[in-house]
Amino acid sequence: MNSFSPGFRGRSRSLADRLPPGQYPTESFPVLSAGPTPRVPTETWAFTVTTELGDTHSWTWEQMMALPQQETVQDIHCVTRWSKFDTHWRGVPLDAFLEDVETAADYVVVSSYGGYTTNLPLEDLLDGKAWIAHTYDGYPLSPEHGGPARLLVPHLYFWKSAKWVRGLRLTLEDDPGFWESVGYHNYGDPWREQRNWGD
Amino acid sequence: MARAAQLGRLTVAIAWRRARLVERRPQTATARSLVLTVPGWPGHLPGQHVDVRLTADDGYQAVRSYSLAAPADADRIELGVQTVPDGEVSPYLADDLPLGADVEVRGPLGNWFVWRTEQTEPVLLVAGGSGVVPLAAMVRAHRRAQSRSPFHLLYSVRTPDEIWYRDHLADGDPRLDVRIVYTRQAPPGSTRAPGRIAPADLEEPTARLEPTSPVYVCGPTGFVEAVGNLLTDMGRDPATIRTERFG
Amino acid sequence: MADATGHLDGNCLAGPLSEILSVEPTTAWWRCPECARSGPLAGLHVYGPEPGLTARCPGCAYIALRLVREGEHIWLTVGGGTGAFRFRTA
Repeated sequence: MNSFSPGFRGRSRSLADRLPPGQYPTESFPVLSAGPTPRVPTETWAFTVTTELGDTHSWTWEQMMALPQQETVQDIHCVTRWSKFDTHWRGVPLDAFLEDVETAADYVVVSSYGGYTTNLPLEDLLDGKAWIAHTYDGYPLSPEHGGPARLLVPHLYFWKSAKWVRGLRLTLEDDPGFWESVGYHNYGDPWREQRNWGD
Repeated sequence: MARAAQLGRLTVAIAWRRARLVERRPQTATARSLVLTVPGWPGHLPGQHVDVRLTADDGYQAVRSYSLAAPADADRIELGVQTVPDGEVSPYLADDLPLGADVEVRGPLGNWFVWRTEQTEPVLLVAGGSGVVPLAAMVRAHRRAQSRSPFHLLYSVRTPDEIWYRDHLADGDPRLDVRIVYTRQAPPGSTRAPGRIAPADLEEPTARLEPTSPVYVCGPTGFVEAVGNLLTDMGRDPATIRTERFG
Repeated sequence: MADATGHLDGNCLAGPLSEILSVEPTTAWWRCPECARSGPLAGLHVYGPEPGLTARCPGCAYIALRLVREGEHIWLTVGGGTGAFRFRTA
């Protein structure tokens, strides 16, 4: 029994097979922000892949929408301890952008409109594990949730699923991004509870 | 404690202190005044806040900031808590923390959003909802110090039921002018239609200010943003406007 | 708590920064290297508190500092880069 704030429980933390350690389920879709919400018109939107040699590959909104589209239903897990089950998305798997890109890189730095960055291994974006998502629950993704398009990497903590995504930079070394450089984990596996630098 | 806060000096308090709930008073249906005793409390300035830390049995902790609602009274401090629906901390503090139980507090904090009794210019306070809490501390300190500086409080609430500190705001202090603006529902007989603070509401109180007079604005982010814009549009120097936002 | 799409102001950094600074921080003067606007730390726009606190220029949103509490550490960046200081607080 703690001597401070008797009876305080915080949010309820229940156990379920689908719930990674330390998470609680939520019906809502909380919005976390590290800055003002960018408003990016699809007319000027572009997605650019830059290789470790500086070669670039770009797609406009129309070109991205002309790529093969996928529907996917995913559980998502935020490092702030909420998890949301069965979220419905539509988008383009990263494989479609990366299949013609020549690279020897093992890592990626994802960048966003508004300046946000996050890093992850390249292989975590491939083989149908990640998408550029533009539709949530049947509607165009709202700016608050990262629209017009966000990265979706549901098997990692949700800060890796960069909102307002604008490009990938392929790198030979793992280069910490916005939250990773201030103590968050470079990989961020919710099932191994890799929240922080030392986990 | 080597780093105890010293008022008016630069050093800040870093220690978490044990604070005991000794009194809880309703302000509205969902708002409470909490009086806590904090042994060794170093005193504070009106407008300052504390961080409150709660600890669950499994070690989980939550920290939130709360404004101090009254001037220092030895080791007694008063906080204002507005219940946030579905909130993690405010419903617990407002209704569940037992009298006589302890939480931890850290403070006093913040030397920017403060009014000092040695200030002599007229002052405008603009409150939105529970943003009245730190401004009430300024009003009480102003009265206690018998300050000659004229105080004007413009207080925006949705309905008459949501007014905090009725007794303190309506006791006939000649140097305190209180105007209440209702945004959803005004009391019977009101001449002003319900609505958000508009330029007309600010004209009279700002006309009595000096160019260097401070304006303290506290409330939800959108409210503070809107009032700040109105004031700068009316020609107030932005450097004289001090704001405190909460969610 | 903050409406998540909104922001607070630098006043709310007084407590978190008190753990690593010995001088009251909210009256500290800051000049934005991006847009040259200046003012007190209390006037910065602060986003968070989770996953961390991000304080930005109220004029141009340039990052003034980021602060993350992690166990017994506090991580701090000053300015828009990613070089962080890690302070041990316990």
